[in-house]
Amino acid sequence: MSKLKGWKELVPGGIITEAGNARQYKTGDWRTERPKVDKEKCINCFFCWAYCPDGSVIVDADKGIMVGFDYDHCKGCGICASVCPAKAIDMIPER
Amino acid sequence: MAKVMELKTRVLGLNGNAAVAYAMRQINPDVVAAYPITPQTDCVERFAEYVSAGLVDTEFVTVESEHSAMSACIGAAAAGGRVMTATAANGLALMWEVLYIAASLRLPIVMMVTNRALSGNINIHCDHSDTMGARDAGWIQLFSENAQEAYDNIIQAVRIAEDLNVRLPVMVTQDGFIISHAVERVEVLDDELVQNFVGPYKPVYPLLDLAHPVTYGPLDLFDYYFEHKRSQIEAIDNSFPIIKKVGKEFGKVTGRTYDLLETYRLEDAEYAVVALGSTCGTAKEAVNVLRERGKKVGLLKIRCFRPFPRKEIAAALLPLKGVAVLDRSVSFGGFGGPVFTEIRSALYDAPSRPLMMDFFYGLGGRDIYPEDIEKALQTIESVVQKGTVEEHIGYLGLRE
Repeated sequence: MSKLKGWKELVPGGIITEAGNARQYKTGDWRTERPKVDKEKCINCFFCWAYCPDGSVIVDADKGIMVGFDYDHCKGCGICASVCPAKAIDMIPER
Repeated sequence: MAKVMELKTRVLGLNGNAAVAYAMRQINPDVVAAYPITPQTDCVERFAEYVSAGLVDTEFVTVESEHSAMSACIGAAAAGGRVMTATAANGLALMWEVLYIAASLRLPIVMMVTNRALSGNINIHCDHSDTMGARDAGWIQLFSENAQEAYDNIIQAVRIAEDLNVRLPVMVTQDGFIISHAVERVEVLDDELVQNFVGPYKPVYPLLDLAHPVTYGPLDLFDYYFEHKRSQIEAIDNSFPIIKKVGKEFGKVTGRTYDLLETYRLEDAEYAVVALGSTCGTAKEAVNVLRERGKKVGLLKIRCFRPFPRKEIAAALLPLKGVAVLDRSVSFGGFGGPVFTEIRSALYDAPSRPLMMDFFYGLGGRDIYPEDIEKALQTIESVVQKGTVEEHIGYLGLRE
């Protein structure tokens, strides 16, 4: 995330003067725990992808494999780890 | 070269509501969204007549509540329009959450408030509980002593609100019925002169500028909300010199100069009464009566309550021996009313201070007489003679 601005640098009224810049807001930094997948155990069932409330599980649909996580937007809720039938996902505390 | 305007005025018999409606016609705002509530109804009714007669270009939005009125004003102001409205009492209370949004988004909406007591029990008459309840919402608040000041304040409010160093909504108050419904001599300006004084509206980040799309009111969490509030504190503090500057310019045009405060016979005074609104007129009479009896008394009238002119108030009151503050609203469970607590706080840093009492008065439209104000001044004088304030709170015109 870019350096946070001081109050004197802000647009009055908190108005956003640039269209479509929500993509710059990396909501992943709300996370306190990060999911980590062990691909040795993963059976590519895509349960994590189906249950993720934030669309933050990355899969390669053509190859049929679960690739990893979009840490810019994953909020660390742990649903993926909870639903994983192969117990392949661990939640690691963020520092 | 600046255009030199010839001062053209007319003297009309108008009540406060009519005077404000007349000013609104002259200002000719782009949008007015309002809901009727006593004692403000008379004002928006008159303005609606101007709309139906085609005397203004205003889009008049009739809404189903005051919450909707202020919400429509916010939308219209964000779109890029010059926007005005009016309300009173419970109507203002119903606007509560959106008042904060109007100020936070820095939208220069001008609103007339006819001060009326908040329920319950239900009461339609004047006190200041409505405006004082909204004092923390981020709006500039100007109080008027009479219909002339209500007219003058509304015109100045447009300039203050729209100043690029301020960009905040402004509330102009007048005491319900006492001013709003009493016909007085009001000197109105020429339409063109008012138009020139307020000038053309320059919107900032208008939503209707489709080539430059902007977002109003986005999610603002722990990472930026605090900084935005800090810049809002700066904006309302920036309005002090603008309110003074606009008041002076208005004086140049009309002969009626306005400041944050007005002092009346305070130069050599030992005791003073502090008041807001129509009571200041009554207080001037009481001061004159006591002066004739040789008492060194005066009045400090607070015109601008938000932002609170703490330095000017301290400078005016510190030379005195005793001060009687008049509060027309209660902060239940607080140490006195809102005017008293802020004035006491403004004097805290001084090495020596006048003794001070707060007097609640006029709740729910209870009349205040010059004799009541004389009593307040006599009470504070006897407190000073004793050398200590035993009871900080007194009541004027209350039955035991």
